[in-house]
Amino acid sequence: MLGKLSWDAIPFHDPIPLITSLVVILAVLGIGIWVWRKGYWPALYHGYITSTDHKKIGIMYIVLALLMLVRGFADAIMMRLQQSLAIGASQGYLPPEHYNQIFSAHGTIMIFFVAMPFVIGFMNFVVPLQLGVRDVAFPTMNNVSFWLTASGALLINLSLFIGEFARTGWLAYPPLSELEFSPGVGVDYYLVALQISGVGTVLTAVNFVTTILKTRAPGMSYLRMPVFCWTSLAANLIILAAFPVLTVTLALLMLDRYMGFHFFTNDGGGNSMLYMNLIWVWGHPEVYILVLPAFGIYSEVAATFSGKPLFGYRSMVFATMVICIVSLMVWLHHFFTMGAGANINAIFGIASMIIGIPTGVKIYNWLFTMYGGRVRFTVPMYYLIGFMLTFVGGGLTGVLLAIPPVDFVVHNSLFLVAHFHHVIIGGVVFALMAGYTYWFPKAFGFTLDERLGKMIFWCWFIGFHLAFMPLYVLGLWGGTRRMQHISDPSWAPWLNVALLGAVIIGVGIVLTVVQLLYSIKTREQRLDVTGDPWDGRTLEWLTLSPPPHYNFAVLPDVHGEEAYWIRKQTAIKQDALIDEPDYQPIEMPIDTPTGVICAFFASLCGFAVIWHIWWLAILGLVGAFAVFVWYAWQDEHEHIIPVEEVRANARERRRIRMEHLHSLSQST
Amino acid sequence: MDPFGRHPSCFRSTRVVSRIALTATSILLLTACNRGILDPVGPVGQAEKTILINSTAIMLAIIIPTMIATVAIAWWFRRGNKKATYRPDWEYSGAIEMVVWGIPLLTIMLLGGIAWIGSHDLEPSKPLASANPPLRVEVVSLDWKWLFIYPDQGIATVNQLVVPEKTPVSYRLTSATVWNVFFVPQFGTMIYTMPRMTTQLHLQADRPGVYDGLSAHFSGDGFPGMEFKAQVLPTDQFATWAQGSRGQGGALDAASYAELTKPTSYVKPMTYGTVSPGLFDAIVADRVDQLHLPIPQAAPSVEKASATPSGG
Repeated sequence: MLGKLSWDAIPFHDPIPLITSLVVILAVLGIGIWVWRKGYWPALYHGYITSTDHKKIGIMYIVLALLMLVRGFADAIMMRLQQSLAIGASQGYLPPEHYNQIFSAHGTIMIFFVAMPFVIGFMNFVVPLQLGVRDVAFPTMNNVSFWLTASGALLINLSLFIGEFARTGWLAYPPLSELEFSPGVGVDYYLVALQISGVGTVLTAVNFVTTILKTRAPGMSYLRMPVFCWTSLAANLIILAAFPVLTVTLALLMLDRYMGFHFFTNDGGGNSMLYMNLIWVWGHPEVYILVLPAFGIYSEVAATFSGKPLFGYRSMVFATMVICIVSLMVWLHHFFTMGAGANINAIFGIASMIIGIPTGVKIYNWLFTMYGGRVRFTVPMYYLIGFMLTFVGGGLTGVLLAIPPVDFVVHNSLFLVAHFHHVIIGGVVFALMAGYTYWFPKAFGFTLDERLGKMIFWCWFIGFHLAFMPLYVLGLWGGTRRMQHISDPSWAPWLNVALLGAVIIGVGIVLTVVQLLYSIKTREQRLDVTGDPWDGRTLEWLTLSPPPHYNFAVLPDVHGEEAYWIRKQTAIKQDALIDEPDYQPIEMPIDTPTGVICAFFASLCGFAVIWHIWWLAILGLVGAFAVFVWYAWQDEHEHIIPVEEVRANARERRRIRMEHLHSLSQST
Repeated sequence: MDPFGRHPSCFRSTRVVSRIALTATSILLLTACNRGILDPVGPVGQAEKTILINSTAIMLAIIIPTMIATVAIAWWFRRGNKKATYRPDWEYSGAIEMVVWGIPLLTIMLLGGIAWIGSHDLEPSKPLASANPPLRVEVVSLDWKWLFIYPDQGIATVNQLVVPEKTPVSYRLTSATVWNVFFVPQFGTMIYTMPRMTTQLHLQADRPGVYDGLSAHFSGDGFPGMEFKAQVLPTDQFATWAQGSRGQGGALDAASYAELTKPTSYVKPMTYGTVSPGLFDAIVADRVDQLHLPIPQAAPSVEKASATPSGG
């Protein structure tokens, strides 16, 4: 009846997961009760959970990412603490079977449930606004995508309370991840959670490629799109190419584990090298799925806060598309030490280095964007400059790792761990924090506290360097990754510095929460009434903060590369807004619980598959399909916003804009 | 007199502190820079270190000026600086574009050349040129220890690799369990050990001593205990050691091998005085239980082993 599930699955004997479980359950209950008592439930249900508004879905993605960041960081600090304690005679406080789950969960969560939803959250929130349209191409599917991602995150975290997580590392290499060596449910949690969230990610890519290619404001040609839209297009094209590979690879491993197939087993003609290739055919492009939108964010920030157009726009677009294509051709550099032969190693090494060329071009283009500008040292600009200083170092070690004979001595080492954190924190996380600060006022109508923002930046900047520079040194000493115990006592000072760095990053994460609460409390002091708090250049700053559901009363006419900047300068010159257009009623998609119900059944099905509860798996599958059929049967998918409402809102916005314009023309 | 009116001894003490800090930092950096792959004991590791240092220097020559320019430009063009010229519409310059594409392109062409030549010179399966005939060692990763078989000496060791100095060593490697990586940082190149497949590696050590070896690929719960010692002996001492080990300790045959494969970690070094012939190939073929039978060359597993790209 309950498959492999029994009371043994609950970690009664293990205080760390048990107490964590209790705290999390109490916190979720507490928040639920608070929401219910305050009467926020309807607003939450209609405003977010069932919303088809791309902005609300974007915000939900980012909330999910921030919550998972806390979980992933808790794993990180536990690892650092263990490595600082378990030196020489001491075994530390985590036995191997627990430590191995933690580093596997850390990697899986940080990539799939922090970085991915954060990036996709920004795409959701920003891309339709920047394109000057009202929503994505498939708004309901967008909601489904989010909830499937959340379903994957739920299953991963459930493994903490019921059963165990994979002890194989975040890519679950066979044969270690095969039944013979990992008989528990840990790898199944990994596989099923990623399969479900992977469906969500592919649907997102379908949605955004369609949105960017097919729905843009009148006059917005490809070469007038903001660079963030370009990088989002590139990232989503990579998702479409790479994620199906991941789905198939994990499916093959599931066939091995569930049905006794022999794709990657030691016996029966299996070949584990095949998995290594397939997983990295997805895995390396994944890095660019994350970093390309990050480059897009930096481009927006650089132009806005330098008070200048982005230098070499076409060059940036070209560089982005070069990275998009070459990123799919370099996967083998993850295993030069497999012995593939000199020619293959050299070709993949050089292909990997070639990515350094367009990336280097981007760095210089941001540099020349600042050149001749009026640079405002706001929080996003701190992150941009911090990134430019940090990322070149990460690029250096990346090129080193791409040289096969160098990789032969630092492959899989702490040097590698330091390298990818160097580019992911210095490249992606800094961009996400910059974007969070930059677009927060657009989402909520007030800016975040600047002073706390700068403190958070310094925590990340200093914390990162302290946490990972020592790992470069240990890597050069020959230190490898994933060690639950370290026998050489001379590593201790370096590991302690790394722990200190992690603690400083932790302070930054705590301050992020403080900043949010403080900014909400004192929001009256920093209201964004104009909708354009940073003197922006792209179309999201044309509308109000927060924008109405339909974003724009009339789709804007685009006349150049920086659609809003041109419009703003014309208005300032003429001291007048464009003539009031003829407002029309607007058709918008209605809210729907399809996504959340579908994900509920998907989670049930996933849980049942993990625990071999076959009747429940069938029930979950049938339920999810039934929801889909029920949705398809609906006649009404849109509702009409009456022209009076559109006109009233638009006139109010024009009044605010006029005031703002007058204040601008008086100041210049 | 100190212009800030501080007591001279206070001034001196800060100087002493800074001198101590400086000395401590340089000691730390020196010890940091003279270990592991930065202190190679053989030609392979030495060549790899040279490539590492040269490539880093080439890239630093570009990266350091870029970092300085980033800070300098951002600071000079700050909003409050009246002396800086604001050029709000300057967004393109063909000459600059050529330079910004040119610099990374030339760097990567140079480094790409290094990568191409280095990959061929240091290909792990390529035998090393030497006047001395190579020593053959067969390496098997087990849960969680290393087995080293010396087919020509007829002995085997666990968690203790012994090699003669200034002699090329030709390794054949496989795994009897999951994947691992054989790595002695001060020797140079590491390589995967994979079940039912073989890889090849050629290394040489020129300085007698005892060096740390490890598995550099996570392989399960006992993984951190997969450390071993790699001992480099002068040639004559190696011969004495091999002679002395023969016949000493237990025999490594199908039965004792089965005992050895049981999962253990942090295993103390030990020696087998005799080894059943063909054990390594039997492990690759996963037919150690039929060790007494000849291995049929057409068996599918062996075919797969020879299909390994390294030509193993």
